[in-house]
Amino acid sequence: MTAVENEKSTVTVTLNGVEIEANPGELLIDAAERHGTYIPRFCYHSRMKSVGMCRMCLVEVDSGRGPALQPSCMIPVGEGMTVDTESEATKKAQDGVLEFLLINHPLDCPVCDKGGECPLQDQTVAFGPGESRFVEEKRHYEKPIPISDTVYLDRERCILCDRCTRFADDVAGDTLIHFMDRGNSTQVNTFPDEPFASYFSGNTVQICPVGALTAKPYRFKARPWDLEETISTAWIDSVGSRVTIQSSRNQVLRLLGVDADSVNWGWLSDKERFGFEALNSEDRLTAPMVRVDGRLEATGWAPALAAATDALRDVDPARIGVIGGARLTNESQYAWTKLAKGVLGTDNVDAQLGDGLPVEAVLGLPRATINQACTPGRTVILVGPDPKEDLGALFLRLRHAVVNDGTTLIELTPTRTGLSTIAAHSLHPKPGEVDLLAAALVDAVSGDAHDAAGVPANAIAAAAASISGPVTVVLGRASVAESAAVTVDAAIALSQLEGVGFLSALRRGNVHGALDMGMAPGLLPGRVPLRAGCDAFDQVPTEVGMDTIAMLEAAASGDLDVLVLLGSDPLSDVPDADLAERGLAGAGTVIAVEMLPNASTLTHADLVLPAAAPTEVDGTFTNLEGRVSVAEQKVTPPGTARADWMIAAELALRLGADLGVESPESIRAEIAVVSPVHAKLTETALADGRVEGVLISGSSIEAPTASGSTTPANDAYSLRLVAARRMYDNGTMLQASASSAGLAASVKVTLNPTDFEKLGLDAGTVVKVISGRGELMAPLAADFGVPAGSAMIPTNAPGSNVNTLIDASASVTDVRVERA
Amino acid sequence: MPTYDYVPHAPGYVDNDGPKIVTSRFVHEDSHTLERYEATNGYEGLRRALDRTPADVHEEVRDAVVLGRGGAGFPAGVKWGFMPPGKFPYYLVVNGDESEPGTYKDRLLMERDPHQLIEGCLITCYALGLSQCFLYVRGEMPAAQENLAQALNEAYAKGYVGKNIMGTEFSVDITLTWGAGAYIVGEETALIESLEGNRGMPRLKPPFFPAAIGLYGQPTIVNNVETLSNLPWLLVNGFEQYKAHGSEASPGSRMVAVSGHVNRPGVYEIEQGVTTFRDLLYGDNFCRGIRNDNELKMFVPGGGSAPWFFPEQLDLPLEGRTVGAEGSMLGSGAIMVMDETTDAVKAALRLVRFYARESCGKCTPCREGTTWEERILQRILDGEGRPSDIDKLLDIADNISPGPYPVAADPSQGLDAVPFPPKQTTICPLGPSSVAPITSTIRRFRHEYEAKITKRDSIPVMAAPMSSDPVEVG
Ligand SMILES: Cc1cc2nc3c(=O)[nH]c(=O)nc-3n(C[C@H](O)[C@H](O)[C@H](O)COP(=O)(O)O)c2cc1C
Ligand code: SF4
Ligand code: SF4
Ligand code: FES
Repeated sequence: MTAVENEKSTVTVTLNGVEIEANPGELLIDAAERHGTYIPRFCYHSRMKSVGMCRMCLVEVDSGRGPALQPSCMIPVGEGMTVDTESEATKKAQDGVLEFLLINHPLDCPVCDKGGECPLQDQTVAFGPGESRFVEEKRHYEKPIPISDTVYLDRERCILCDRCTRFADDVAGDTLIHFMDRGNSTQVNTFPDEPFASYFSGNTVQICPVGALTAKPYRFKARPWDLEETISTAWIDSVGSRVTIQSSRNQVLRLLGVDADSVNWGWLSDKERFGFEALNSEDRLTAPMVRVDGRLEATGWAPALAAATDALRDVDPARIGVIGGARLTNESQYAWTKLAKGVLGTDNVDAQLGDGLPVEAVLGLPRATINQACTPGRTVILVGPDPKEDLGALFLRLRHAVVNDGTTLIELTPTRTGLSTIAAHSLHPKPGEVDLLAAALVDAVSGDAHDAAGVPANAIAAAAASISGPVTVVLGRASVAESAAVTVDAAIALSQLEGVGFLSALRRGNVHGALDMGMAPGLLPGRVPLRAGCDAFDQVPTEVGMDTIAMLEAAASGDLDVLVLLGSDPLSDVPDADLAERGLAGAGTVIAVEMLPNASTLTHADLVLPAAAPTEVDGTFTNLEGRVSVAEQKVTPPGTARADWMIAAELALRLGADLGVESPESIRAEIAVVSPVHAKLTETALADGRVEGVLISGSSIEAPTASGSTTPANDAYSLRLVAARRMYDNGTMLQASASSAGLAASVKVTLNPTDFEKLGLDAGTVVKVISGRGELMAPLAADFGVPAGSAMIPTNAPGSNVNTLIDASASVTDVRVERA
Repeated sequence: MPTYDYVPHAPGYVDNDGPKIVTSRFVHEDSHTLERYEATNGYEGLRRALDRTPADVHEEVRDAVVLGRGGAGFPAGVKWGFMPPGKFPYYLVVNGDESEPGTYKDRLLMERDPHQLIEGCLITCYALGLSQCFLYVRGEMPAAQENLAQALNEAYAKGYVGKNIMGTEFSVDITLTWGAGAYIVGEETALIESLEGNRGMPRLKPPFFPAAIGLYGQPTIVNNVETLSNLPWLLVNGFEQYKAHGSEASPGSRMVAVSGHVNRPGVYEIEQGVTTFRDLLYGDNFCRGIRNDNELKMFVPGGGSAPWFFPEQLDLPLEGRTVGAEGSMLGSGAIMVMDETTDAVKAALRLVRFYARESCGKCTPCREGTTWEERILQRILDGEGRPSDIDKLLDIADNISPGPYPVAADPSQGLDAVPFPPKQTTICPLGPSSVAPITSTIRRFRHEYEAKITKRDSIPVMAAPMSSDPVEVG
């Protein structure tokens, strides 16, 4: 800051007779609160634009022209302003507004979920009139009406604060709930046949200041005073949204978003918010199981661990593989890396399932934080999945930055995304050619615009010209039907831009923790390569091991004796279903460490060890920025399920090694010693970063090198496949959540309507999609957001899995679409 | 006694010997056509404006002191000066939503002389250097919409609107739109929201007035139909001629719409600030007295939102500041007259109900308070009143519009006037408008309320307090 000396950088306001210093531009309601005076409010929400509607925050303000009642949520502080929040006039206005709000309020608090945590209740007690003067009949509406599959609306309780509608319109961009009618009949509602089907609907329930909006998973489940809570981290995706986990009688009942300034601002996707239902599911694995005569049967821990040790003992380390680990806490991941690499001596460990990015692309490039990406005036280039489908809370942050803070967004994505309508430029390269487009964009920045990847030069030039300020590249796999090398090459090209930083868009919960803890071939804890060694390990493999695809290939050819599935489901997730099936079938012993049975476990595991869920263990998670935050145990695991790190420690012990891990804290202490980048992760730092987390930066991993791969041209009769993830799919966790299970749309093939004519097909027609690898049947859908020549099929959708079409060894997948 | 007839094709308009600044063409049956307009000095004001610099034209309007006719009475020339320089594009929005109870003069201007309004818009656009104007017409006025549409087509065809107007470098597009039927979109910020395609709800001002941040976030001038209709005459005749009409503080003429219990209700163009309410209600030239020679009980001096006046205020001139100091406003120039047969409580209910139904629902005190008021009044009229109701009504009113509410002096009770405007806990003045009938009637006719509440009977009243005997047209 270049503040002129002597010039005051604050604004002096007299608040109830006391002079306070406020920040220029700060709203009066915030300045007062920071100085200990809470002004009552209903419509104001610090993360949304003020509307000044409820009038609860009226206070007497004198800006030089005499005192007048002003909504403190609308007016910025001014030098010399005098504010009286306790004057007669203020009190009368607050009383009056509360009385108005209450006259038509049903006062059904005893049966209202909000009772006990209701701002209307609380403020009535604190600021309101004692009794009602209203003798007429109250306003009546049909009691709660479902406005979506998850959310119920009770219009009688609604105080029309515009929070939910503002959230839907301004924050999520899902304009599905509206004010209707006028005057005293004003109400919130949806239009007929347009339900509030938003990935973010749960936020409206959280911010509703009364019990007008309730969500199915929590309705009538508990009273606020019966809830215990702790601050923790959402585990469904890699944003690492901060949450409050609330439980009662050893059951998690609700998650609320916590306003972490650097992460989720209090918002959550519904998947993050309601995902806990899966943890309470009846399907949870509660005891170890062993396959007897082809069927999984419950057993005890002792025999199960003995069987596992038997399988692992005296095996050539090169013939052991571990796939998965992104579900685990950092501490459990460390323990498993130590077991695999330090005890078993295998480097065949991969937390990603062939649908992610090589370590170098994540840890070897300069990184950016969410707040850096969202700093006003900067540019974000998206080379990755649709954040709206993959990383909900990140989507909301990016959307806010673009809409409100002048962030320029340039998309280099195979199809339109949830951000396209607000993006400055949406360029859609041919699948498999985003590297060429990225290089062309960089060329255009230096004045040499040319056509690339099917995108015309002028569009690329315009996008290049719009770049302002430092660039953040949001980097991930937009489509698992094209090889990771293409994305990596694009990243390498974009890394030439000045001041560029990369924000990883790898999706799985704690996948970034897994990489930091060494769960990838060639890697050790602390973002260091194998050759750096690790003093805390008895041994370190000398040869770089296999990744998931290579492990499955080895297993398929009978070269893997033991395969550990650490919370992974290759059959559903590996973008080559055929390879996954052959690999699992060909592997010697398959040991699954799991919370819930999945397709791979059920069909192929020989041994299943039940693991504890994120709400059942203490530990930490690392988000896509590298930010470490706590996950705290709130409930106990079901049955005899155990924390993953304990399972690793037990196995090590039985193999004659001592991992030396006693507790998550002791593991963290060891991590801080082993990993220089984690040295700052002390218990004090974690406690101080209870809300914001602790950002880990620095890395010894080298930048990726260009793959040199080129994408072959496709023939005129085929379409190029785009396989992209949707928010709701057939994923195990989602399907185990009662209120989300039905939300996944069944599989369909989406084409640009101009391709319909060429193929002589129509929307709705059931087609057969054939690739060199396999085929599937699905109905056709039309969308101009899919470029001509491409075919979009969501991954892991109910119906058929697009992975059956994909060959992991090919750089792109071409398909033919025929009438079935 | 001279006979003044209603002009048949200009319903309600009375052609008397008053000023003819904006109503000069109403006598012609084809006043809405370009042909008639051109034959009666039409587009001459624009022609003269185009010969001068924009700043000069702006100066002319400022010098003339053209007070806004939409309600607030703010001088147009001064408002125009509030637009921040260099923040193009600017917009002009014409407020043709006329829905203030009792008001029906903008409608005549739009139906009978649309070209005059269009010319006024063009002069404004020229003076302010803007090239896009929106004409927003009330949803329920199809004739005004049609005539304006027709006039715009003619004006476009003849090169008065569009590119290179009258062969000059000056280009303007005028877009005609209309509302969906809501009083509140007459409020300028709600009108802007509606124009943008949103639900018509007011924006909070301050901090930002439309002149600074308006339509699509750009500086926007919102003017009333009548305000702009004055400009062609002004540009032809000059500000000195203009100021020869009216009073010092309120120059020019003004259209007023009188309704209720007078012998000849109608729209009159009067000398602003000169003509008194007594002239207007009793003058031969005007309304010719109260029907059946009844006593005047009360009248609303400036549209449904204005606090009420009583016989003591009859000698006040129709002048904004004077009326404001006496506790009401001239507002939209609608005078509603009620004679001795009127039930004060019923009359109050009639207006309160209007505001309750038209509340946009955005802010709590208005959304909840106006309907509460309505229901209490209805209950009193239904014979279910409670003694506490009167104070409750006043207190609810105070929670919508805190502090002493503007009201006329009442010499019989030794009470002074409380000057306009009211304070508000609401976003816009609609909520406080609902208070006017209540405080006006309770202060003056508390006994009528008490009679209804304690005796639970009502004094004999007419069925429809606002109607008058049918008037012969022709
Ligand atoms: C509730 C409400 C309704 C209004 N209705 C109208 C209207 O119908 N027509 C109008 O010209 N102005 C109306 N106004 C006034 C406008 O907000 C605005 O002041 C006016 O159009 C400005 O034009 P003027 O300066 O030319 O008078 C209304 C104001 C309020 C608060
Ligand atoms: S439903 Fe809740 S959040 Fe939405 S307007 Fe009503 S009170 Fe506000
Ligand atoms: S005062 Fe009434 S009309 Fe005006 S904004 Fe509030 S609710 Fe809407
Ligand atoms: S909190 Fe300020 S008006 Fe609602």
